[in-house]
Amino acid sequence: MLKDFLKGLWRENPVFVQVLGMCPTLAVTTKAVFGASMGMATTFVVVSSSIVISLIRRFIPEQVRIPMFTVIIATFVTAADYFLKANFYQISKALGPYVPLIVVNCLILGRAEAFASKNGVFRSFLDALGMGLGFTCALVVLGAIREVLGAGTVFGYRVMWDGFSNWIVMILPAGAFLTLGLLVGVFNMVDKKISVEKK
Amino acid sequence: MERLTINISPHVVSPVDTRYMMKGVLKALIPAVAVSLFFFRWYAVGVIFTSVAGCVIAEYVGQKIRGKQVRVNDLSAVVTGLLLAMVLPPAIPLWMAFLGAIFAVLMGKEIFGGLGCNIFNPALLARAFLMAAFPVALTTWTMPVTLDAMTTATPLGLAKFGPYAASYMSLFLGNVGGSLGETSALALLLGLGYLLYCKIIDYRIPLAYIGTVVVLSTIFYFISPDRFMPPQFYLLAGGLLLGAVFMATDPVTSPITPKGRWIFGIGCGLVTMIIRWWGGLPEGVMYSILFMNAFTPLINRMARPRRFGMVRGKV
Repeated sequence: MLKDFLKGLWRENPVFVQVLGMCPTLAVTTKAVFGASMGMATTFVVVSSSIVISLIRRFIPEQVRIPMFTVIIATFVTAADYFLKANFYQISKALGPYVPLIVVNCLILGRAEAFASKNGVFRSFLDALGMGLGFTCALVVLGAIREVLGAGTVFGYRVMWDGFSNWIVMILPAGAFLTLGLLVGVFNMVDKKISVEKK
Repeated sequence: MERLTINISPHVVSPVDTRYMMKGVLKALIPAVAVSLFFFRWYAVGVIFTSVAGCVIAEYVGQKIRGKQVRVNDLSAVVTGLLLAMVLPPAIPLWMAFLGAIFAVLMGKEIFGGLGCNIFNPALLARAFLMAAFPVALTTWTMPVTLDAMTTATPLGLAKFGPYAASYMSLFLGNVGGSLGETSALALLLGLGYLLYCKIIDYRIPLAYIGTVVVLSTIFYFISPDRFMPPQFYLLAGGLLLGAVFMATDPVTSPITPKGRWIFGIGCGLVTMIIRWWGGLPEGVMYSILFMNAFTPLINRMARPRRFGMVRGKV
């Protein structure tokens, strides 16, 4: 049970290990707060859609399962989109089209196809929660690194000294690729060390 | 009778190794370094020293981290550092030069697996990174000799955004604003001569590159002399010679077959002129070489020489 939850955080981390959902990962992480809100919206969608799909998994005909998953996911994405628009207008505006685009985040469809449609409700919930949190953590880390170097702040708080020159490249797309690549590398290095020690 | 010793091959070892090649490049850079020291004085000393030191330190640390034998002695880090310094503006803050040097070696070389495995020219990659990170510092130019605090533009920048009366003597000797090593055509041509004489580089890439630029700019100059500068301007101004002699000929990131080298050089020339004429930047040498670096594996595969005994057109 616990394993279902924990694997999303580390061993099967959606960003660093499965490399899924690259579009929001690269596009919205110019600031830590954007990464956090995108991560939370995605977590909400993946958790809710996993629960619903797991509930009705016996009634979904095999041939039309993908369209059905997509409709269910789209419902929750619309809800998340309107929630952000109503309560956090600034963030919604900054995230732009990437909130509606959660529909096509392969992480969510992947969980539905690989886990929720085959397992019970509670396990699907834990699995989706783990994946969502793993995704959120990755986006926050990525966003924080890019924000520190690109703007000298984290979550809007100034952390760099006064004379610090912003590395503008970090908030450009190139910075996203650089940071993501390095993080995946570091992740693999740490992972390798852990698995060697275990043996 | 003496004991007969039996060895496995190779029995004859060529004296040309990495260190020898790198030494040759360093010698070829002497005129350009001297000119930069003469025109930009303490700025040049600071940037060159910082950049070389940064590269050597990064190479040492990188190879230690990767658990490899430390090969700082092969001088490739020194060459990368010196080349990076040559393409940086004189008044760049030294910490930026240091950061660029570390980026060049760690991100441009070590991360791909060390010397010989990198896709892009490390020095140019670092410059592209600095250009994207600190666009203002990388486009602030200093007057030569007087070292005026007042900033100036490069000849290409002046020509792009207004009429510019070029003094070809200044361009040839290097008495203009620009990156440390790119201003003097004379010094770079001396370097080219030395490299060709020692057979460290092949004539094809520089010839194809510079030839394409000259041919293209001649054609356009005859079509519309008011809109375009004359070909000798495009030849002497900017980083063309530096790029064609020292960057495009990087043995790691340029094609290995003769035909491939022609294609590579012509491609560099085309992209350079397209950026210079219609791009948003005044200078396109850096991006043109990086762009063609990305195509190098493809060109290598495409431009295979015909094997002995094979019929043309059949594989």
